[in-house]
Amino acid sequence: MTLIVPVVALLAIGVVQLISAIIEPSEVETTTIGYVDEIGGFDEYTTQGYIELVRYDTQYEAKAAMLRDDVSEYIVISSPYTSMGVVNRYTLEKQLETPPATQAAIKRFLTSNILSGKVPQETIDLVEAPLRLAITRLTETGAVATEQGGFGNLLIPGIFSLLLALSLNFFASYMVQGLGEEKESRLIEVLLSSVSIRQLLTGKVLGLGVAGLIQVVVWLVSLPLLLNLASSAFGGFFSMIQIPANFIVLGIVYFVLGFLLFAALSAGVGAISPSAREGQQLSLIYSLFAIAPLWLSSLLMLFPKSPIWIVMTIFPITAPVEAMLRLGVSDIPAWELAVSIAVLGLSIIGVLFLAIRVFRAYLLMYGKRPNLGEVIRNLRSC
Amino acid sequence: MLAVEVSNIVKSFADKVAVDDLSFSVAQGEVFGLIGPNGAGKTTTIRMLMDIIKPDSGEVTILGEKLSEAAKNSLGYLPEERGLYKKLRVLDTIIYLASLKGMDRHSAEEKADELLNQTGMLPHRGKKIEELSRGMGQIIQFIVTIIHDPQLVILDEPFAGLDPVNTELLKGMCVDLRNQGKAVILSAHQMNQVEELCDRILMVNNGRAVLYGDLAEIKSRYKGDSVLLDFKGELGDEPGIIEKRQHRGYVELVLDGKTTPQQLLERLVSRGIVINRFEMATPSLNEIFLKEVGKNRK
Repeated sequence: MTLIVPVVALLAIGVVQLISAIIEPSEVETTTIGYVDEIGGFDEYTTQGYIELVRYDTQYEAKAAMLRDDVSEYIVISSPYTSMGVVNRYTLEKQLETPPATQAAIKRFLTSNILSGKVPQETIDLVEAPLRLAITRLTETGAVATEQGGFGNLLIPGIFSLLLALSLNFFASYMVQGLGEEKESRLIEVLLSSVSIRQLLTGKVLGLGVAGLIQVVVWLVSLPLLLNLASSAFGGFFSMIQIPANFIVLGIVYFVLGFLLFAALSAGVGAISPSAREGQQLSLIYSLFAIAPLWLSSLLMLFPKSPIWIVMTIFPITAPVEAMLRLGVSDIPAWELAVSIAVLGLSIIGVLFLAIRVFRAYLLMYGKRPNLGEVIRNLRSC
Repeated sequence: MLAVEVSNIVKSFADKVAVDDLSFSVAQGEVFGLIGPNGAGKTTTIRMLMDIIKPDSGEVTILGEKLSEAAKNSLGYLPEERGLYKKLRVLDTIIYLASLKGMDRHSAEEKADELLNQTGMLPHRGKKIEELSRGMGQIIQFIVTIIHDPQLVILDEPFAGLDPVNTELLKGMCVDLRNQGKAVILSAHQMNQVEELCDRILMVNNGRAVLYGDLAEIKSRYKGDSVLLDFKGELGDEPGIIEKRQHRGYVELVLDGKTTPQQLLERLVSRGIVINRFEMATPSLNEIFLKEVGKNRK
């Protein structure tokens, strides 16, 4: 998986370039929309890009034309338009809402006809043009900020957050599975006759951790390179992509801390589970928390200032993925990052302490998985 | 220096006392049998010796000191439940587990080949563990137990599931270990193997010591007034014999307590009876085991 991600990205860039070079763009078909003007004054501007508006005298004629497939749909401009701005639209297709291109074309048709002759054409064009805001972000000193934000800023953190969530779950699952297999096969007794529980856990965590860290570093290093390649190949959106400041450093920090937390949780789960399969099922509980920020990412984009994201940045299990995702959407205050990392660090210590105790109490217990009450009772007596 | 010294160890799980005030010692250069019925506390005792679990009270001294992580390198342990990494190859498995005992790779590989050759497993060195039969897997596990030349070897049911050939092989290796001055603790249910190999034994039942000491001395304690006789001719009514028990191929003569076996032998020889076998009857360890465990169950 370490090399697959950048290699697949590289292949994707290559394939898209190849396809772009080979395939000619197909011609866009003209769509015909019928209209009935019952209030008068809507005769001009009937060609709106790839949409052609055809006039009919009555609704009956327009409907018949639609049923004959002469037009794809028709609109009726009548008195509700002048009083409430409502235009009735009739179509044969089942739709969630009017396609944006159709809506825009009808809007331009109506606006152009209303303003025609009253203001210059340039004014009509200005009114009809979509609002384009050119955003420039400034720093607190008034200078232009290096990081301008926008969707270009979100792509890399978004992809990295997804990969981070997958990576954390993958390694946690690997830990649970490994412990489960060693317990099922009773190999754990042979291991414990050679090493202590502390050595066993440390070895597993470090071994998996180094493997995971190499994976994350490969991804983080290859990202800017791939980005440059994509920008020079495609330009456009790719040339707008930026990597947020401190992204690489925070990426490594949150990976390491997230991994340690998940490893400790997995050690405890592996110890109380009688088999690898049961361990995997139990581990779903915290695995889902790791993915939760991704499920809520669309809400994060719509409401970036909501306090729920602060909570998720500080709550240890969601913190690694949430923090990386937020980096792409908005600024994260330094105090939030500090608290998040501190809470994560303390949680790791606490969970590790409990995991070692659970490990010691349950590692040689085979058979039925203990319930939460039994685990707490045994932890107290350890 | 004693290899193992256990003083008054106690271990409980929830409301069950698994080991109850047990004390014993094991010397170097001996095979020590740890026997008892299922659930007697043998495996729990062994796990406490290996520091896999801690006793609630009491002391365990291994090779003269409390067991430390470094001292674990002097121990070899073959657990009752076998387990190896299924996807790993035989040689890699041995080398990895030997490295946990402080052996370097080169030495481990050399020694592994030597032991694989000794056990007839050399052709299988490149195979994965999952490709081996159960018995072969046990041989590999035994090799893992002794490869690092431990001073104390603990074998929990080493002969379970082995065919007679491999059983003899392992027995031979146990004897070699003893002759090299190692201490071997053998926990087994096959009393005939224990009787053949062990110098001293500890019989445990319900967590408590039932019998402890030199095997020969224990057997002599249970010796009755009987002789085993295989003969040709007519025995008739011989004075001093109160009961005759027929067995396959021989008869057991129970003496009256006033006649010694020597006297009986002289009388039989003087009567011209051809004697093929004349032996003082001592109960087998299996019989002693059944007697003691049955007594405790009552």
